[in-house]
Amino acid sequence: MSKQHILAEFAEIVREIVGIPVAEVQPEAHLRDDLDIDSLSLVEIMVAVEDRFGVATPDEIAADLETVDAVLNHIEQHASAGVA
Amino acid sequence: MRPYGRRVVITGMGAITPVGLSVQDFWDSLLAGRSGVGPIEAFDASNLPVKIAGEVKGFDPTAYMPRTVSRRIDKYAQFAVAAAAQAVEHAKLVIDEANTHRVGVLIGSGYGPTGLVQSGTLTLEGRGYRGLAPWLSAATSIDCAAGEVAYKLQATGPSGAISTACASGTSAVGEAMRMIQRGDVDAMIAGGADNSVTSFDIGSTAMSRALSTRNDDPQRASRPFDKGRDGFVMAAGAGALVLEDARSAERRGAPILAEVVGYGATSDAYHPTAPHPEGLGARRAMQLALDDAGLPASAVDHINAHGTSTTLNDRTEAAAIRKVFGDHAPRIPITAVKSMTGHTIGAAGAVELVATVQTLLTGVVPPTINCDDPEDPDLNFVPHQPQRHDVAVAMSNSFGFAGHNATLVVRRYEQ
Repeated sequence: MSKQHILAEFAEIVREIVGIPVAEVQPEAHLRDDLDIDSLSLVEIMVAVEDRFGVATPDEIAADLETVDAVLNHIEQHASAGVA
Repeated sequence: MRPYGRRVVITGMGAITPVGLSVQDFWDSLLAGRSGVGPIEAFDASNLPVKIAGEVKGFDPTAYMPRTVSRRIDKYAQFAVAAAAQAVEHAKLVIDEANTHRVGVLIGSGYGPTGLVQSGTLTLEGRGYRGLAPWLSAATSIDCAAGEVAYKLQATGPSGAISTACASGTSAVGEAMRMIQRGDVDAMIAGGADNSVTSFDIGSTAMSRALSTRNDDPQRASRPFDKGRDGFVMAAGAGALVLEDARSAERRGAPILAEVVGYGATSDAYHPTAPHPEGLGARRAMQLALDDAGLPASAVDHINAHGTSTTLNDRTEAAAIRKVFGDHAPRIPITAVKSMTGHTIGAAGAVELVATVQTLLTGVVPPTINCDDPEDPDLNFVPHQPQRHDVAVAMSNSFGFAGHNATLVVRRYEQ
């Protein structure tokens, strides 16, 4: 799965859950400062990510995810490990 | 007599109702005798015995809060945030570092976020717990509205919910008054909110035989104190008021709308839904509020009645007013705004206090519409048309399921 593809899927999840336009979900965007995604919304998003990509996100990892790019890397790493 | 020295005044008001999304629109509708009751649009009610309600229409939460907030709170809390924001703006109250810890929030609710509880339960059944949003546990608490209002206004004094069924809004204002009198805080944002127009609430309340089934004639379904009444009409909304210590309000040059002078609260301890047949709790709540105000019954110029349009409430309330006010009762204009708004449950007391204060300010008593054949023909239920009266002292009653009774007395403010 290409990173571009993961980004498109992730942006769609973010749009569905918090209503942020797909175009604003760019790799360099900061989840909290740029996209207004608070900690509880992030939990909600990561549950959807798990359902979509089969990538679980333990709390200690979720706490370190600050940007869209960090989320994409996390998904890419674990999805390519064959979980999805 | 008053156990505490501080006087408490109202400096701002806000309202989200089925007949208007601001105090002015709400008030204009009441004076025009406009009903906010219609066929239920929020969900498919075709399988329910009751298909009408007083819904809040045209409300845009994003006018009051970002979508990141509105998406994760129930409508009842959205209504509360909106009403509270209106009230604080009206009061020109600036909450900043200097006073934040002296400002508190009490938002009453009878049922709270029932819509979210219902949809969450269905999700749990259908998709399991992973379908539940992580914010749901906070958003399904009955104090969620108070928390959101405190957050929105950055008020860091005490906050919470008072839940006394249909008396919740009145209880919240009364308890907020006490907190200011005691000196706990200098200002409170107090009121009530509910959005019980859900299939669960309509279904269960219909089963308790409390709702009107006049589905084919919604505008005439809510008819307090009329002999042809057949139950109340469920409605949604919120009311909020800014209460302040009179001296701090004067110091900051706030617009003072009225003084809250009396509060009385009692319980019937009699039945889950029916009032005490002799209205003992209602009578005692009214008397306690008068005693608290240090006023005789003869001083009261107007009563904003609970007036739900159920057979039992209205008969009991009229008889209780007779008992408390004696010979003076027929001289008092008694209005039931639920004839137009429907019954907004935990919001009702706050919304009706807004109307009561408007009456003090304008000398106009809103009508009780649909009161064609009054329960007690000698009492003045202000049928059909508003009336002008010189009102210096007014009483607002709220009597809830489970026998919760609360009464407030307000008066024109004089320094």
